[in-house]
Parts: sequence; C-alpha cells; structure tokens
Amino acid sequence: MSGQPVVEMRGVTKRFGQNEVLRGIDLTVNRSDVVCLIGPSGSGKSTLLRCINFLESYDGGEVRIDGRLIGYRDEATRRPMPGRDLQAMRESIGMVFQQFNLWPHMTALDNVAEALIRVRGLPRATAADRARAMLAREGLTDKEAAYPARLSGGQQQRVAIARSLAMEPKLMLFDEPTSALDPELVGEVLQVMRGLAAEGMTMIVVTHEMGFAARVATRVAFLDQGRIAAEGTPRAVLHDSEEPRVRQFLQTYHERNDF
Amino acid sequence: MKLSAVQEALPWLLHAAVTTLWISVVAIVFGQILGLLVCLCRVSPNRALARFGALYVSFFRGVPLLVQLLLTYDLLPYIGIDVPPLAAAIGTLSLASGAYSGEIYRGALNAIPRGHVEAAQALGFGPVAIWLRILLPQALRISVPSLVNELILLLKASSLISIVGVTELARTSHTLAAQTYRPFETYVTAALIYLAMNLVLSGLGAAAERRLAAAGH
Repeated sequence: MSGQPVVEMRGVTKRFGQNEVLRGIDLTVNRSDVVCLIGPSGSGKSTLLRCINFLESYDGGEVRIDGRLIGYRDEATRRPMPGRDLQAMRESIGMVFQQFNLWPHMTALDNVAEALIRVRGLPRATAADRARAMLAREGLTDKEAAYPARLSGGQQQRVAIARSLAMEPKLMLFDEPTSALDPELVGEVLQVMRGLAAEGMTMIVVTHEMGFAARVATRVAFLDQGRIAAEGTPRAVLHDSEEPRVRQFLQTYHERNDF
Repeated sequence: MKLSAVQEALPWLLHAAVTTLWISVVAIVFGQILGLLVCLCRVSPNRALARFGALYVSFFRGVPLLVQLLLTYDLLPYIGIDVPPLAAAIGTLSLASGAYSGEIYRGALNAIPRGHVEAAQALGFGPVAIWLRILLPQALRISVPSLVNELILLLKASSLISIVGVTELARTSHTLAAQTYRPFETYVTAALIYLAMNLVLSGLGAAAERRLAAAGH
C-alpha cells in the first residue's frame, strides 16, 4: 500500500455558527512528506490540522487516513464513528500542541508512559522502559522525574513530542509547536522536528517559522479564509508565487523580522 | 469561670463530640460521593442530567439547612415516610454537602485546560481513562482548599441537627448548661471542642496541600 496517501482530504468544509472556517480543502499527504501549513491567523490552519485526527469535526467532504474515513462511519449517512474505532485511528496519529499540554500532575516519565499503559495496555515496567528510551533520545534523561512545571518551555515541548512518538505514529501533526516558546528555546524544538523529518516521518506542521518551512518542508500550503490559496514546493510558494495574498502575507512577515 | 464545672461537663461534652464527629464524617463521605455525581450530571452532555444537576444544586444550596431538616423530619411523616432523627440528620447534611461539593468539583474541572483532554484524546484515550487519569486527579488537587473549607462548614452545620433531637455536641451543651446553671463554662468548653476539631481538619487540609505542592503544583 505504499502508493496510498497517508492523509487525503477532499472538499472538507467546517463552520462555527455563521463563520465558515474551511471552505473546501483538498490536500494529499504522502508517506514521508513534510507539509507546512502557513497563512494569516484565522485562515483555518489549526482547524484544518485538528480535522485530521477529528479533534474537530468537519461538516462536509472527507478526511481519510491510509484510505480510511475518520470520524464518520461512511460518507453517505455521516453517522459518527464508534468511539473505539476513532480512538484506534488516533493511536497512530501523533499530535503536538502549541501549549504543550503535558499533564501537570505527572512526571515527564509518566507523561510519556501513560498512553503506553492506558491505551496500548503495556505492563507498567515495559512502558517505563520505553518512555525512558524516548526521553533519552531527546537528551532529557535527567528530567525523567521532573514535573512539567519545573521544565522550560522547550523541554516541555520535547517531552510532549516524546509522548507522541512513544506510540510509534505513522503521522505527526504539529499545531504551532514553537509559537508559545521564548525565542531562544525555539531552536531545540525545531531541531527535534528536523531530525524526525530526516528519519522519514510523515509530518503536517502549522507554523509561522518560515525558515523551517523553507528548509525542511517537502511542500508548503498557504491558507487564506478557509481555502488553500497556494500549494507547492517551498520555493514555488515562498519565493516564486504570484498569488497576491501570499506575497502580501510574506511581506508583512519579512517586515516584522526586519530590524 | 469555675474549673470544676468544666471538669464536670467535659466527659459529657467529649462523648457528644464523638457523635458530632462520626455524623460529620459519614455525611462528608456521602456528601463527596453525591458531590461527584452531581458534578458529573452538571457537566454531562445529556440535557436532562445537566438540568437535574442544576435543580439539585439550586434547591439544596438555596434552602437553609435548618428548613431542610424540618422538612425531612416533620413533614415527610405526613406523607407516610417516617424518618428517624439520625437518618434525617445524616441525610440532609449529606445532600446539602453534595450540592456545595459538586459545585466545587465543577469549578475545578472548568479550571483544567481543555488541551489536557485533547492531548489524551489525540493519543487514543477513551473517555473513562480521561476521567480517571487526567480529569479527576487534577480536579481533586485543585479542589482541596475549597473542600477543606466545605468540610469545616459541614462540621459546624452539624450543630443544627440538634433541632431534630440528636444528642450531639451543641444539644448536649445546651442541656448541660440548663441542668448545671453553668452556661458560660459549658459553652466555652463546647466552643473549644468545635475549634479543636476544625483545627485538626484544616491541619489535614494544609498537609494535603503541602504534599501536592511537593509533587510539583
């Protein structure tokens, strides 16, 4: 099944009340793709990302993971999928949040081991061993016993990444993973993500880090008002795009970073 | 102040304090269970349950405990339900405490960032695991200071059950004072016993908070 896309979105729409957040999204993500979603705030980037693991339900169209519709039993009746099936699909989709969302009442080690125990059903000791290995990979061995409140933002985000990776996902979703970090802590998180991309992880990244998008992404999609206004290689979108909205967005971005 | 009067009253008062204490503890246990259920009702997506929870809270929080006691003890027999004093006392205390505790738990749940649940959902957690491992442990931690407050209020409110004839600390001190004509000594002693019990309660609460703080909160 190597030819099948990991994620396939077709005509996905979503509205919050009167507000149409997604107006027909088509997006295909193949194995080992790194797709960066960029665009102004409120353009629907995060909502799009959250539809992929159905943290957000979508109203129209379809989202398929490895060919399987997520969230609904079938596209015709659109009856919600049984909770267990949804949980099983989510197990193989990792997600990293802007606010890290580590559980504050658990140590770094327990944060990583918890899903292995509760979701995978691994014995406690096996789960702890795997969690230890995941933290070691991130160079966080000395932080195993630390509670999230004692970690820097960058460390928290790396623990959160380790927590997702421990489940051996086939796809990783990143929702502005560095936006809540102090500037000097952004690098360590981006470095981990770059490493993941190099290992061939399939990734979808909502980000404002244009440098990361330019260097690491295999494709960049620019969202504006719930539509993908431009999509292509980083070069095609970030340098050569004639689309005025893209140019305007990138210009404000450049102005902000010029001093 | 005559010390001999205190000495004479003390055994009786301590005996009555034991009654106050065990009734309070039983009401606390039932109240916490009820509180948890009420909270679950109120946050439930099921409208009927949520409505029921809201009604429950507004009644048991809105009607004075004394009136609730009288309703249970004096009025229920009219419709053929005979409630012994102890049951009426424990029942009303628990029901009222359930209303207050339920709101404390609900407030604590609302204080937990939504992202903590989303992180668990994204990892494939089911709803039961999310409640048991993510929400309840955090809600309990957040609730501790308010819960200690509520438990102290309950222990003090237990003096109201003297109205239905349970010989707890308040009623016993009242009876003793009338018998010995030593109201001052009797009431001061009773007050000190209440104070001591509540100091122990708040001490336990502070210890619980310290332990949680040591765990990184």
